[in-house]
Amino acid sequence: MRTINVEQITAEVAQMCKEAAYYLPQDVYEALKKGRETEESPVGQVVLDQIIRNSEIARAEDRPICQDTGMTIIFLEVGQDLHIEGGDLTEAINAGVAKGYTEGYLRKSVVAEPLFDRKNTQNNTPAIIYTKIVPGDQLKIELTCKGFGSENKGGIKMLVPADGVEGVKKAVLDIIQHASCNPCPPMVVGVGIGGTMDQAAYLSKRALMRKITERNAHPDYAALENELLGLINKTGIGPQLGGTTSALAVNIEWGPTHIAGLPVAVTICCHACRHSHRVL
Amino acid sequence: MAETIRITTPLKEEDSRKLRAGDSVLITGTIYSARDAAHKVMTEALARGEKLPIDWNDQIVYYLGPTPAKPGDPIGSCGPTTAGRMDAYTPTMLEQGIKGMIGKGSRAPEVVESMKKNGVTYFAAVGGAAALIAKSVKKYTVIAYPELGPEALAALEVVDFPAIVVIDSEGNDYYEIGQKPYRKL
Repeated sequence: MRTINVEQITAEVAQMCKEAAYYLPQDVYEALKKGRETEESPVGQVVLDQIIRNSEIARAEDRPICQDTGMTIIFLEVGQDLHIEGGDLTEAINAGVAKGYTEGYLRKSVVAEPLFDRKNTQNNTPAIIYTKIVPGDQLKIELTCKGFGSENKGGIKMLVPADGVEGVKKAVLDIIQHASCNPCPPMVVGVGIGGTMDQAAYLSKRALMRKITERNAHPDYAALENELLGLINKTGIGPQLGGTTSALAVNIEWGPTHIAGLPVAVTICCHACRHSHRVL
Repeated sequence: MAETIRITTPLKEEDSRKLRAGDSVLITGTIYSARDAAHKVMTEALARGEKLPIDWNDQIVYYLGPTPAKPGDPIGSCGPTTAGRMDAYTPTMLEQGIKGMIGKGSRAPEVVESMKKNGVTYFAAVGGAAALIAKSVKKYTVIAYPELGPEALAALEVVDFPAIVVIDSEGNDYYEIGQKPYRKL
């Protein structure tokens, strides 16, 4: 049986936090450049120039792309033949987050309790961790720094089967138009369809981990991704101050659901769609 | 875009009233950062009849919580946060004499009404351009509430800080104006 020590996991997670905060993924960078070429609004062009230049400075100088270095979300895939030794896996991940956010000069943005005290934990822990047990002996870690300017603008709609494709399009567009200029567009839009209320929300987050150049494997969902992107880019929201580049991509993930339901969840990500990956 | 307007702080009401939605500006001088927690503390202090740590008259507030500075730097990444979260506190704060606010995103109607009354301008900095904006900040000094960490009230010395007037003191809203020609749904 293959063995990994938790110390290695802590070290990798620390590095991944810094990478995600400093280095905008290449697919997102290229989508911004493409958006700049096609943007019709002169003010929108100026905004995109600043966003592109910003990501270049961040990469060159190891600086956070945005001051909101987010809440850390981690998707784990643990091979069922892998043995993790040396301590508690969850504690090891959180130790990595604390180390990465401290060493990397990232902002600590997590409060321990949401309503009454709202006391900052001072090290950005705990991370939100989703774990899946899969065949094999590897450990796959996907990490994102999720900013809350965009997170606050997400939404969920419990549609019924009769609402169909048109209902889904309307639900997504309503959430996006309500979000408008606020979630730091151009946005990356994650959509979760199916499952239960919580599963749809999870799928909408998971969707943001996929490359924005990669369409859903199911042709009908791939077509819906393209159609939704076209519609969102006709809202006028643009790159914050109006224009034609409101979103860079729409990524949909779907799952089986109940005969009575059609849940639709939208997670909005800002233009700093930050993530890092490892397979150990 | 029209010519860039240079602004030096403090910002007088008469100068604020000349600015129009869509104007591109470069701000130089001292501006003060405060966000959710500092606004809550300040408005609670005012409700108790206490004096605030700074005189806000003719000053510009920047809705910001920066990343920690790396050794040798004055500040970390420091882009704007969502201004709308401060709306509940803003009319009270504008009564203290604030003439400019820098943030991102839309504002509530009661904030716009208070801006018109007090001659206040709302500027947007580009959301997520935090490493670029840091280049215009020369000094960062915590003035009060250090226990709030990145949410402390601080003074920022800025040179040519880039911003755009989004809501002017007559209530014209560039988010609305800028979106309209491209709305094709």
